[in-house]
Amino acid sequence: MYTVADLRKGLKVTLDGDPYIVIAFDFAKPGKGQALYRTKLRNMISGVILDRTYRSGETFEPASLEERKMQYLYKEDDHYCFMDNQTYEQVHVSEAAMGDAKNYLIDNLPVSILLFKEKAIGVDIPNFVNLRVTQTDPWAKGDTSGSDSKPATVESGYVLRVPPFIEEGELITIDTRTGEYSTRVKG
Amino acid sequence: MAGNWSLGRKRQVLQTRATIIQEIRHFFVTGGYLEVETPLRIPAPAPEAQIDAVVTDGWFLQTSPELCMKRMLAAGYERLFQICHCWRADERGRLHLTEFTMLEWYRTGSDYRDIMTDCEGVIRAVADKLGHGNFIRFRGRTIDIGGEWERLTVREAFARYGETSLEDALELDRFDEIMVEFIEPRLGMIRPTFIYDYPASRGALARLKADDSSVAERFELYIGGLELANAFSELNDPVEQRRRFEEESAHRARMQRKCYPLPEPFLGELDAMPLSAGIALGVDRLVMVLLDAARIDDVVAFTPEEL
Repeated sequence: MYTVADLRKGLKVTLDGDPYIVIAFDFAKPGKGQALYRTKLRNMISGVILDRTYRSGETFEPASLEERKMQYLYKEDDHYCFMDNQTYEQVHVSEAAMGDAKNYLIDNLPVSILLFKEKAIGVDIPNFVNLRVTQTDPWAKGDTSGSDSKPATVESGYVLRVPPFIEEGELITIDTRTGEYSTRVKG
Repeated sequence: MAGNWSLGRKRQVLQTRATIIQEIRHFFVTGGYLEVETPLRIPAPAPEAQIDAVVTDGWFLQTSPELCMKRMLAAGYERLFQICHCWRADERGRLHLTEFTMLEWYRTGSDYRDIMTDCEGVIRAVADKLGHGNFIRFRGRTIDIGGEWERLTVREAFARYGETSLEDALELDRFDEIMVEFIEPRLGMIRPTFIYDYPASRGALARLKADDSSVAERFELYIGGLELANAFSELNDPVEQRRRFEEESAHRARMQRKCYPLPEPFLGELDAMPLSAGIALGVDRLVMVLLDAARIDDVVAFTPEEL
């Protein structure tokens, strides 16, 4: 059982029997008033998006999903293909159901495929992934904006802001919950 | 390792934050206010229906320095200010930190209208120090802080922006929802807005209006839709204050929230407090407005999640 204090982006709950994922969350509390938990939820089966506001004291059932460890294989048309390394079974997940996870997919990335009544409806990826920088402009020596940032493209095609000292070919860690640069991986 | 890059990137923000706090201090010190420090860990926070204190070793971290500062007014101090940390359990979001920085000031012989004037004065002084002049940019808007600030009663705000009247909102327990959904996003968009005269039930420490006891002399300040401060003409009737605290405590008990002991020394000294007014202003949020920051996380060195 979850309470409103557990609400955050990515939480998966059951509403009216269906699995939903929280895709946006905001805590509001107007001057000395009650706390309001404003959420945007996506139905993980139909894709329908709901706006719901909850108050203190409300509770949620976790979504009843089965998780299976799989590896990313490839993308085909508008879906992504994953394989179970034990059984060699393959499953497809639609682009819409991938959410932000699609930004970090590289060959053989280990993921958890989420199944509802045997059907793959989503994917969980690690909170941190290491990806190689494939394009970024060199840091001009003498640039005095030393604490600033610059854009970089990583091997999955995703573009993010990185510190100026990051060079092409380097491996960086990205926080997949925020999509932001976390640290540089040595070696 | 290259150290904590995102922390390093906050240098300019943290420098501006420091300038803002120094200018606030300068404003009040030159205005004849005494800067005080009162204990952060207290045995009995003001019982308010919707504010939860963090428990620490049997006592509580303050949710506001209000009660100690009012005891000082009762003891004869006329003008006081304090910049300190406060804690509110389970309040965390884009605009909330469980531990945050509060500016409070109190003055005797005044009411909430004088505090409105102070707000204009201190925020203009700080903005001026940062070189903003009469206008600040926040959330994609240019807000005129140099001209007269808007003053709007809660009733007028519901009539103008709410989808129901104030009476219906209270009746249906939708006051907060309508504030968040329809009213707050419209306040302080062209110039800062004081929204004032709250329903009497929504100002547990505020004095009722002399000619209309259905409303409390309370205001909130909004800039660019962001709530910055809450102020009262302070209630100084100990019998009435005790009754309201008991009412708030009963409400907390019904909601199964933790109940606090009544702050007896405060209640015992309250009848010596002259007519006064005071305010609590969120410093982190003021920094957000002046730096056009989207999240409260952007204006502090560390968030709880980073510790």
